[in-house]
Formats: sequence, structure tokens, C-alpha cells
Amino acid sequence: MKILVCISRTPDTTAKIAFGDNNTKFVTDGVQWIINPYDEWYALVRAIMLKERDASTTIHLITVGGADVEPIIRKALALGGDEAFRVDMEPMDSYQVAVQIAQIAREGQYDLILTGKETIDSNGSAVGAMVAELLDMDMVSLATALEFEGSSAIVTREIEGGEEVAEIPLPLVISCQKGMAEARIPNMRGIMAARTKPLKVVPPVEVAPLTGLVSYTLPPARSGVRLVPADQPEELVRLLHEEARII
Amino acid sequence: MSVIIFTEHSNGEIRKSSREALSYGSALAGRMGVSAEAVLLGTVSQDPSSLGIHGVSVVHHCADETLNTADTRRYTSIMAEIATACGSTVVIFPHSMNGKAVAPRLSARLKAGYVSGATRLPDVEKGFVVRRNVFSGKAFMDVLVQTPVSIISVNPNSFGILEGEGIAEVRPYHTSVGAGRVVVRETKKVTGQVPLGEAELVVSGGRGLKGPEHWGLVEDLAGLIGAATACSRAVADAHWRPHHEHVGQTGLAIAPNLYFAIGISGAIQHLAGVNRSKVIVVVNKDPEAPFFKAADYGIVGDAFEVMPRVIDAVRKLRKG
Ligand SMILES: Cc1cc2nc3c(=O)[nH]c(=O)nc-3n(C[C@H](O)[C@H](O)[C@H](O)COP(=O)(O)OP(=O)(O)OC[C@H]3O[C@@H](n4cnc5c(N)ncnc54)[C@H](O)[C@@H]3O)c2cc1C
Ligand SMILES: Nc1ncnc2c1ncn2[C@@H]1O[C@H](COP(=O)(O)O)[C@@H](O)[C@H]1O
Repeated sequence: MKILVCISRTPDTTAKIAFGDNNTKFVTDGVQWIINPYDEWYALVRAIMLKERDASTTIHLITVGGADVEPIIRKALALGGDEAFRVDMEPMDSYQVAVQIAQIAREGQYDLILTGKETIDSNGSAVGAMVAELLDMDMVSLATALEFEGSSAIVTREIEGGEEVAEIPLPLVISCQKGMAEARIPNMRGIMAARTKPLKVVPPVEVAPLTGLVSYTLPPARSGVRLVPADQPEELVRLLHEEARII
Repeated sequence: MSVIIFTEHSNGEIRKSSREALSYGSALAGRMGVSAEAVLLGTVSQDPSSLGIHGVSVVHHCADETLNTADTRRYTSIMAEIATACGSTVVIFPHSMNGKAVAPRLSARLKAGYVSGATRLPDVEKGFVVRRNVFSGKAFMDVLVQTPVSIISVNPNSFGILEGEGIAEVRPYHTSVGAGRVVVRETKKVTGQVPLGEAELVVSGGRGLKGPEHWGLVEDLAGLIGAATACSRAVADAHWRPHHEHVGQTGLAIAPNLYFAIGISGAIQHLAGVNRSKVIVVVNKDPEAPFFKAADYGIVGDAFEVMPRVIDAVRKLRKG
């Protein structure tokens, strides 16, 4: 089986969010970058588990981004994966990302393309479905489990208030979330091996974005907590009823 | 010219997030001076003309039972067909599990700019600018759609349900799009509960509750006020509660009117999933718990002493 795992770079979950240049740029000073948690813990680790089960599995990683995302794709290679692509561009929207991934995927003829559920910075939840459409492939979103029977995948996905199990023939795009796998930590051997794994930098295909950024805004700060003494919990209920009018 | 709205149902009932999307689409169509039309795939238990109360004048109804199970690729093809036939310039989806899968596909199909998880109506004065959440609820981003057709998914609980008097004209729609390759084997649904993503009120517990045997404190309050239940990741990881209840950065992001957190520290990753809630109430015995900084109301106290009295007071309120 040939698997392509889509890896994106995001600010660490605790990063301070601030904007400059008239609220059009995310201020990256002091920001720690990580592999998008969904891509790492669920998509990549699930692919690695499949390879551990069947050594003939090939795992390729892809990221769309400038040279500054290279440490992240190396880190992903240290966890596992055979080789990586970096499409050298600074994407403006999810569509531009999807077009680049679809291009590499077309050439590689993968059985399975795995993405994270969403990036924790742009929260689009869009790239995987767009890639599937561009390749005219089926897609399962928000998957929590993945197994195989013959040439079909048996995928469990989240639906409102429950789960659905479906059988779908490969090839397939799957967006992964909690349940697919457990987080792993790269070991020394992986880190050493990652240094010599091929990382191919490829030029982007020319494509215009469909949307553009106007500006960012920070939400208004909450006015502060109103504390109710612990020996008067009834007062909290009164406030929620009479003041907030919520219960 | 029209705004069309993808309308979902579950067990034959129109979903709340779709009613919000219909209301949003109708309000937008009003601003643009065009008609609002619903697209309904599959069979429902009520008369589709009743969707007119949310402002749509037409319901394109594809009453084909095989469409009751979601095949997002097939849905995309049908939506593309109808959007093209109606000359739609805007296609609206609820930002639901299926909406999230179909809307971006349609965007790639129609080469139409997609705004995922809109939190308010587009500004149509200077182009077509839509506000959405980014950085896991820590910021908003205004996005300009640069294509003739726009696709928007509407965040649950961001836009109220508008109800009026209207009756929509139902137009049967026969699609030429055949069955896909997805075979649904099994659907496991917790019935009778408000789906967390759509809930207006949510009561949630953290590791401070010490163990699953104490979840009565969460469930009793939730039951009394008609809330959904949620939990922190630490709780789901410990298998005290099912994973689909876990909210936060790596779980579900929700924006209910009330988020009532009991024994949750309020780690930044937890806040990322709940900070868009309108009113946040925190019960925690540690006055330094970070959650208090994000809360509107709070009690610094032991949940095991505070919550039974809160529950009693709510019970009295309900009876009175
Ligand atoms: C990349 C990443 C992603 C993450 N994603 C998520 C996520 O999506 N969602 C999430 O929730 N977490 C997430 N986490 C974990 C998060 O950092 C916290 O560890 C987690 O939220 C803690 O859960 P908790 O508040 O229930 O437990 P704790 O941190 O153990 O807090 C328990 C709280 O209960 C209080 N307490 C104890 N006893 C009582 C009592 N008797 N009465 C009242 N209060 C009491 C304590 O004062 C304390 O504040 C993530 C972490 C990382 C690194
Ligand atoms: N720049 C990128 N390069 C590679 N993969 C990406 C990129 N951006 C997003 N993805 C993948 O698409 C998923 C969904 O991203 P998004 O649509 O931005 O929420 C992510 O979890 C990644 O797996």
C-alpha cells in the first residue's frame, strides 16, 4: 500500500495570538512551531502503524510551505515515513494547498491519502475534501478508526451524536482525528534516520487562490469573572436565571 | 440568481444547524435582493413546504431514500447540479460533520471560494467579505471571496433561527447522479440527547470530579436544564467518559449559550474549544485555576459541596 500523509505546520497550542501590519499578519516572534497535532498524532502515526503491520507499505509525506517549514517536515520524518515532499510556496488559501497536494498525489498514485481533521490555526477542515474532489476520489472526514478488508477500507467516522461505520473501496482520502492512533515521541534512531531520508523540494503548480485575507480581529475580552461565595451556590443559580437569563 | 442552502435532516427531522443555515441564507438573500432556496436530499417526516418559515421561497426536494445516508461525493455532485441549474451565486451549508465534508468539495468542483465556519452575515458592500473563526477561537479572520460564486458554512449557534409565516413551493428534483461506492454498515447514535455541537447549554466535567461514579453531578444538572454533557480531554483519556464528549483543541469546538465547567482547570487547549461560549460558569476549588480568567460567573469551592446545592436550587426554580 502507498500512503501520502499531509503535514502542516502550526503554532504551538499555547502560542500567544497577536497581529501586526494593520492586523494582516500573524506575529510569529517567539512562536514555537509544531506539526499540526491532528496530522501528527492521528494521520501520521496511523500510517506508521500500518507500515509496522505490513512492511511493504510506503509512506510519503507532503507539506506545502516555504523553507521555514523544513524543521517540521524533518520532525515528521523522524517519527516515520520514507520520504517527503515540500511544495515550495506560501499558500494563500486552502484551495491553493489542495491543488499542490493533488498534483503530487496524481503522480504518486497513492492508495490512501491521510490528512488531519483540521489545522489548529486556520481551522478550515477543508484541504482533504478539496484534494479528494480534485482527484475525483471518495473521502471520509473526521475518521476515528481505520481497518481494511481486501481492497476496501472500513472507516469509522464521527457523526452528530454518534458514529458511522462504512466500507469504501480504495483509493480514498481520509481526514483523521482522535481515536485513530495514540501520540508517539520520536526516538534517537528516528531522528538520525530522518537526516538522510529524501526531502524533495518541488516547485508549485501555478494556481490563483479563491479567497483572500482582509484582516484579523481579536475577540473582545470578557469583562471579568463574577465570583459567588462557595456557601451561597443558590445565588449563582439566581444570577444565571435573572441576570444572564440563561436557565 | 439565488442563494441555495443545503438542508440536513436526521431521522426525518430537519436539524437545528440547518435551520440556522436556512435563516442565514434567507437573511443574506434579502440583503442581496435575490431568492433563497433550500435543497433537501432524502425523505423527511414533515411537509418540506414548512421550511418556508425560515424565509426560503423554494425547496428543491430530491425525495430519494438512498440519499438518507450521507455519501459526500454524491451530495457534492447533486449540489453542483442544482447550483448550476439555479444560477446560484451563493451556496450555504451548516458547519456540521457533513457540511464540512461537502462544502469544500463543492468549492473545488465549482472553483468557488469557500469560507469555512462563518460567524456572521457577509458584508456585501465592499465585495463579499465574511468573518470566520481562526486560531481555534482565539481570533477572527475577515475573508474576501474572489470568485463569482461563494460557498459558506455557518458555525452552529452563531446565527439565530429566524421564524416567520412563509410556505415554500416544493419542487421535486430528480437527479441523474447515481449511487456511490460508500456502503454504510452501521450507525451508532446516542438517541434522545442533544448533539453536543448543536447544544445551546452544555454542562461539562473535568478531572476534579475524581471519577466516573461522580458524573451524576454533571448529568443531573444537564438533565434539569436540557443541556448536553461534555468533558475535558483528561477525562476522556481516562475513559471516564466517551471520546465524543471531549471538547477543546483536539476535541470538539463548541459555542453554546452556556458552558458550565465543573472541576476543569481551563488549560489553554481546553479553552480553545469553548471560549466562544456566550456565558461561561466555572466551579473549581482552586482560586488560581486559569479557567476563572475566561469565566463570566464562578464559584471557588469544592464541587462535591457546591453542585448538589446548585442542582437543588435549579430543581426548585423549575418547579416554581
Ligand atoms: C497539544 C495538546 C492538545 C490538548 N487538547 C486538549 C483538548 O482538546 N481538550 C482538553 O480538555 N484538554 C486538552 N489538552 C490537555 C490540557 O492541557 C489539560 O491537561 C486538560 O484539559 C486537563 O483536564 P482537567 O482540567 O480535567 O484536569 P486537571 O488539569 O487535572 O484539572 C482538574 C481541576 O479540577 C479542580 N478540582 C480538583 N478537585 C476539585 C473539587 N473537589 N472541586 C472543584 N474543583 C476541583 C482542580 O483545581 C483543577 O483545576 C491538550 C494538551 C495538549 C498538549
Ligand atoms: N500547507 C499544508 N501542507 C500540507 N498539508 C496541509 C497544509 N495545510 C493543511 N494541510 C492538511 O489538510 C488538513 C486540513 O487543513 P485545513 O483545511 O487547513 O483545516 C491538515 O490537517 C493537513 O493534514
